[in-house]
Amino acid sequence: MSFFARFAQNRGALIGLIILLLIIVMAILAPLLFPESPWRMVQRPFLPPLSQEGFLLGTDTMGRNVAAGLMHGAWVSLLIGLVSTSVALLIGVPLGAIAGYYGGLVDDFLMRFTEFFQTIPNFALAIVLVAIMQPSITSIVLAIALVSWPPVARLVRAEFMSLRHREYVEAARLVGQTNSTIILRQILPNTLSPIIVLASLMVATAILLESALSFLGLGDPNVMSWGYMIGAARTVIRQAWWLSFFPGVAILLTVLALNLVGEGLDDALNPKLSRER
Amino acid sequence: MPVTTDSATEHSSAETVLSIRDLSVALPKGADRALAVEDVSYDVNRGEIMCVVGESGSGKSMAANTVMGLLPKGVHPVQGEVNFLGQNVITLPEKQHRALRGLKIGMIFQEPMTALNPLMRVGAQIAEVFEAHGQLTPKQRQERALELLIEVGIPQPEKAISAYPFELSGGQRQRVMIAMALALEPVLLIADEPTTALDVTTQAQILELIRDLQRRRGMAVMFITHDFGVVAEVANRVCVMRHGKIVEIGEAKDVLENPQNPYTKALIAAIPSNAVPPHRETSQVAPLLEIKQLNKVFRSRGGWFKSAREVRALDDISLTLARGETMGIVGESGSGKSTLGRCVVRLEHPDSGELLLDGVNLSQLKGDALRRERHRVQMIFQDPYASLNPRTRVGMAIAQGPMANGTPKAAALKQAGELLDLVGLGASAVERFPHEFSGGQRQRIGIARALALNPELIVADEAVSALDVSIQAQVLELLEELKQRLSLSLLFITHDLRVAAQICDRIVVMQHGRIVEQGSAEQIFLHPKEAYTQSLLDAIPGRQAPVAATA
Repeated sequence: MSFFARFAQNRGALIGLIILLLIIVMAILAPLLFPESPWRMVQRPFLPPLSQEGFLLGTDTMGRNVAAGLMHGAWVSLLIGLVSTSVALLIGVPLGAIAGYYGGLVDDFLMRFTEFFQTIPNFALAIVLVAIMQPSITSIVLAIALVSWPPVARLVRAEFMSLRHREYVEAARLVGQTNSTIILRQILPNTLSPIIVLASLMVATAILLESALSFLGLGDPNVMSWGYMIGAARTVIRQAWWLSFFPGVAILLTVLALNLVGEGLDDALNPKLSRER
Repeated sequence: MPVTTDSATEHSSAETVLSIRDLSVALPKGADRALAVEDVSYDVNRGEIMCVVGESGSGKSMAANTVMGLLPKGVHPVQGEVNFLGQNVITLPEKQHRALRGLKIGMIFQEPMTALNPLMRVGAQIAEVFEAHGQLTPKQRQERALELLIEVGIPQPEKAISAYPFELSGGQRQRVMIAMALALEPVLLIADEPTTALDVTTQAQILELIRDLQRRRGMAVMFITHDFGVVAEVANRVCVMRHGKIVEIGEAKDVLENPQNPYTKALIAAIPSNAVPPHRETSQVAPLLEIKQLNKVFRSRGGWFKSAREVRALDDISLTLARGETMGIVGESGSGKSTLGRCVVRLEHPDSGELLLDGVNLSQLKGDALRRERHRVQMIFQDPYASLNPRTRVGMAIAQGPMANGTPKAAALKQAGELLDLVGLGASAVERFPHEFSGGQRQRIGIARALALNPELIVADEAVSALDVSIQAQVLELLEELKQRLSLSLLFITHDLRVAAQICDRIVVMQHGRIVEQGSAEQIFLHPKEAYTQSLLDAIPGRQAPVAATA
C-alpha cells in the first residue's frame, strides 16, 4: 500500500490535512484578497459580523477589518510554527543523535546541558528571551525554537540508544562504515517517523506559544497575528465577542488539524501498528 | 459443570480428553492464506503425550489456542468442533470458558520470562491461580504453592517461593510455570514449545519433568514443538502439520521409524544428524587466527546501595584456527561463546590477550586503524530479522561494505547482485527491501553481506538457530558449499551440538568463560574426555531414541 493510501485510511488525518490546506490557501490568498495592510483602519469600530458588505467578520476596536487580520495572521502563524520547529529540529536532532550514539561522557555532558533548558518553564523562558531581544518575528521564532528543542533531543537520544545495538548497526560497523555514515545512513532513517510525528505536534505548540506571547503584548508590532488579535480584544470581550472568537477558532482549528495530521503520519509511518487497527 | 464426565474417566485409561473434529480456523483478510488450520481432526487421550509438530507457520499452535480461547484478534474458528470433556469449547460462553482455563486445562508457554509477572513473587503468582478460581484460604494457598514447587523440583523451594522471577534461571522459571499450570490438577496440559528457549541440559531436565508429572498424574498432555528430537523424547503419539493441514498422524514410534509422508521424511532427515560426524581431513597449515590468553570481564556499575558485579565472560582463552578450517564454539547460554565471537570481530574490546589474524594483532587496534582492518573478519548474525536495516534495499545493504572501503557505488551494486546469485536468491533481489523475504532468505542476504568484503574469516554467531529445521539444513549446506568454493575459515558459534557436528571440523566446548575441551568433531562426539561434554551430549533430545533416516 502506498504511503498516502495508508495515511488516508485514518479519516481524522484526512480531515486534518484538508483543514491545513485551507489555512495555507488562506495565507497565500491574503495579500491578493486584502492587498492593504491589515493594520489600516477602514471602517467605524465595533462593526458586528455580516452587518456590512465587504466586512464579513466585522471590524475591531480601531475599525480594522477582522477578516483581513485573520487571513494575514494565518501566514504569520504558519511561518512561525514551521520555522521555529525547523530550528528546534536543527538543534535537537544532532544533539540527541550524538548523545545517544556515543553515550558515556559525551552523553552525560549533552544531557546535563539539555536539562539546564528543561528545568526552566518553557513559557517563562520564552517571555524573557523575547523581552531581551526586542519583539520581532526573528526573536519570537528563536525564542520558541530555544524552548522547544529539548524534547526533540531526548526523543532522538532514546531512539539512538535503542537502535545503536541493533544487529544491522553492528553489521555496518563491521564492514568498516564510519561513525558519521552509520549515524546518517543506518540509524537516522529509522528514527524519522517519531521525529516527524513529534515535529507536527511541535508546529501546533509553536503556534500556541506565539499566540500566548502576542496576547501578552510581546508579539511583533509590525505583523498581525491571531494571538495579538485575541490579546487586543480581551478588554472588550463582552461588547464584541467576534473579535476574540474568530481568531480563537482559527487557532483551535489549526492546532487540531496539525494534531490529526501528526496522528495520521504516525499510523502511516508505522505500518505494523496501523495494520492491527 | 461436567462432573459426570469427570467421574466417568476413572475406569478407562484411553479415555479421550480432547477431541478436535474438522476444525478450520480463518485468518484475517490479507494474510498469506485464508485458513490457519484446515479440516484438522485429532484426539488427545488421558495418560498420553500427544506431540503436534510443525515448522513456523504450520498452524501447530492454532488448535491449542482455540482450546484455550487465546486466538488473536481477527482469527476465529469457522468450522468444526473442539470437544473438551464432552463440551464444545468453541460455542462455550466466555464465562464458562474462563472457568475451564487453569481449572481443567493448564498451559505452559515458550518464554518463561515474559509469561511470569516480573514484579510478583513466585509464591504469590502460584497462589493467584487458586485465588482466580476462589479456592483455599490464603494460608493454604501458600502451602500448596510450596508443595507444587517441591513437586516440580526447584532447588531450595523455601527460598524460591519468595523469589522474584528475575532471580531464577530460565529452567527454574519454566518449572514455576509448570507448577502454576498444574496447581489445580488439570485434566489436560498444553505445552507450547516449552523448552525452545532453554539450554540443552535444562531442556532435557524439563522434558524429563513433564514426562514424569504426566505419568504420575495421568494427565493428557498436548505438546507443541518444532523439534523432532524432542518428539522422540516425549511423544506417545505424533501429529505432523504443514500449511495448516495434518500431514501425518500416528504412534510416535511408527512415525519416527517409518514415516510415510515425504514431508515427514524430509523433516526427520533434516534433523541435524545424530550419527557421529564424518571424519574430516584437516590440513594443518599455518594458523590463520591465533587467540592467546584472551580475557574479558563485564562490570556492572555499582550504585549507592548495590555493589558492582563482575562477570568473567572470557577467562584466559587460547586457541588457533587453521586456514580453511571450520571451528565450532559450543556452549550453553552464559558460557561466553558469543563474547568470544564478538571479541574476534572486535565489536567487543577484550581486556587483555592477543588476537592474531595472520600475524596482525587485532585486539589492540582502535579507531581508523581498526576500521581499515575490519573487512578481514566478517560476521553472520543470529536474528535474520534484526540484522538487516528495514529501510535499506537489499543490494545497498550488501554494497555498503565495499563502498565504505572505497569501491565505487556502481561496481559495488553489481557485485551485490552477483553475491545474491551466489547465495541462491537471484540478482533481482537487489532492488527489494528486507521485509519481502522470509527468515531463511534473509539469512542468505546476511551471508552475502558478510562475503562482500572477501573476508579471510567469518564468524557465524548462532547463524541458523532462529530458522526452521528444513531451512536450517539448507543454510548449513550453503555455508558448507561457499566454504569449499571460496576456501573460507569459519568460526561457528552455536548452542546446538547437532548443528556443530554437521559442519565443524573441530569443536571447542565452553562453560563459564573457559574452554572445557577441544578436539576434532569426531573425538568430541565419540570420546569426550570431560564430564561436562558428556552431559551436553546426553542432553541432546532424541539421541537415544530410534529415529529413522538419519542421513
